[in-house]
Amino acid sequence: MEAEITAPVETAAVPPVGRRRRRRYSQLSRGDKITLWLMAGIPTLVHVVFVWVPAFMTISLSFTKWDGLKLGSWQLIGFRNYWAIFTVFDGKFFPALFNNVLLLVFLSLCSIVGVLFAYLLDKNIRGSAIYQSIFYMPVVLSLAIVGFIWKSVMYSPRQGLFNVVLGRTEQGNQIDWVGNAEKIFEFHIPGLDTPLGLTKNFAAILIAMAWRHIGYVMVLYLAGLKSVDPAMREAAAIDGCNEWQAFRRVIFPVMKPINVVVFVITVIEALRAFDIIFALKSPPGTKVLGVLVRDNLVGEGGGQVGLGSAYGVVLLLLCLGFIIWYLFNNYREVET
Amino acid sequence: MVKRPARRSRWSRAFLYVFLTFMALVWLVPVVSAIYAAFRPYAETQKYGIFSLPKALTLQNFKDAWTQGNMTHTFRNTMFIVIPSIVLILFFSSTMAFAVSRFSWRFNVALLLLFTAGNLLPAQVIFQPLFQMFKATPWPDLLSDTDTGSLLGTKIAVIIVHVAFQTGFCTFVLSNYMKTIPKELGEAALVDGASVSRQFFQIIMPLCRPVLAALATLEFTWLYNDFFWAVVLLNQGDERPITSSIANLGGQFFSNDNLIAAASMIVAMPTLIVYLALQRQFIGGLTLGANKG
Repeated sequence: MEAEITAPVETAAVPPVGRRRRRRYSQLSRGDKITLWLMAGIPTLVHVVFVWVPAFMTISLSFTKWDGLKLGSWQLIGFRNYWAIFTVFDGKFFPALFNNVLLLVFLSLCSIVGVLFAYLLDKNIRGSAIYQSIFYMPVVLSLAIVGFIWKSVMYSPRQGLFNVVLGRTEQGNQIDWVGNAEKIFEFHIPGLDTPLGLTKNFAAILIAMAWRHIGYVMVLYLAGLKSVDPAMREAAAIDGCNEWQAFRRVIFPVMKPINVVVFVITVIEALRAFDIIFALKSPPGTKVLGVLVRDNLVGEGGGQVGLGSAYGVVLLLLCLGFIIWYLFNNYREVET
Repeated sequence: MVKRPARRSRWSRAFLYVFLTFMALVWLVPVVSAIYAAFRPYAETQKYGIFSLPKALTLQNFKDAWTQGNMTHTFRNTMFIVIPSIVLILFFSSTMAFAVSRFSWRFNVALLLLFTAGNLLPAQVIFQPLFQMFKATPWPDLLSDTDTGSLLGTKIAVIIVHVAFQTGFCTFVLSNYMKTIPKELGEAALVDGASVSRQFFQIIMPLCRPVLAALATLEFTWLYNDFFWAVVLLNQGDERPITSSIANLGGQFFSNDNLIAAASMIVAMPTLIVYLALQRQFIGGLTLGANKG
């Protein structure tokens, strides 16, 4: 024991990193090692059992036909669920997927607005904290609550703010913002029966989501901007950069870690969107993949575990690309 | 020549203030109108619209929302879910972060990768197997308000899911923070014969207090706001949390918008108070995570 404990003093002189680490761990007493294994092991076990095991079970279930009632009564049917999604249910799947894509494009634009807000608020604004609090406030509300607030006071046909402003509150000329599944634009893709497009009510939901997303990105970005070395801005100014050039060439590259986080948050939010749409009782035309997964598993016409899982796997694959890209970026920093 | 840039910047500065103030006002519109609508009788706003001057202000909507949404009960449910979850999440993620950041061994990075990736998985992808797992786990009804005889529909199921999901994020934040604490501190304790657990509880944990406070604030709002797990795991039971109680308000064909607005405001109140009171911790926690997570 004694000898082992003094060991760090020797190795500290010339520490080859790998060996030093290992030795430090091996210096510990048996009891300490057990403690450490428990400290790391129990949380890992909980995480693996309740997150990763289910994820793999979903993948397995996607190759089965099962009503979800009795364990073991599933039938293996190969890729038939996926086949069904892309052919039989293409009228559901592709519009939902397209809604996710629209959401992604739209939230990306919102992220840019959030970055702009952060940039403006970083300019020694008097009362900056107040502006920040206001822009950030929607973020502490759940997306379900955001949905309820917008539905009841902004989009309500009879008394909602938009209709009042537009003078469309009379029976007959009211605009039903959340119920209207008319398309703003649509186009046909050869091979697909259903046209893809943006419905009016989905656009309304997008706007409500923007209200929350912009503040989120703003706060993340603002914190990053605060840590940018002021000397760099001065240098850029002295070199005659205009504001856009300074942002584009100096600040944006320095902010890379935050840019990655903002990008990942945007993508993941767009892909796993569920709450706001479900809270509004998923009106026609607003379905996204997350809602489809849930509908096939529990809702009306639920009990299609295999099919629902296959939808889930498609969602998982879409997310996984971004997750891996993100971790790859992160991993390099953890290493250093 | 010298003046021009100065004047231009003064104008652009004025424009900046106008722009920001305008946007801030726009941002406030939904919440302010929700509060305003919540205080007014439905018949009145139906007749005169939401912009009209109030003839009568009333608390009736809040009272109705509270009783119809059964909020005494659902609020209690939320607290019984959120508080144990936060305690467990912070405990697990501290021990985990301590082990991987202070005694780094080979699995360090691998474990962090596993946790972060798991944290980003969409909940929809894993819920069906979890649903089945909970359904297959017997659980005496005496210990919960349900009669399913299993973990499904109990608060414990939701707590487990929250802990499994959120521990990843907190571990990431905490391990980044713990890495900044000098190694010598732990080594000195080891030389003095302190055990690992003592080092954890008496040296490292007290130093992590600000981060733990930030994470607790952040997790409170996230878990309080959870809607997905509440809907899919607690749908049939009596154990619903407050977020899903709004969904019960009003009938299928008739909905009282002012009542919904009042209910939304009641449900939003705790998070808004926490946010306004602990803004620094809150944003601190978020940006701590943003640095890497």
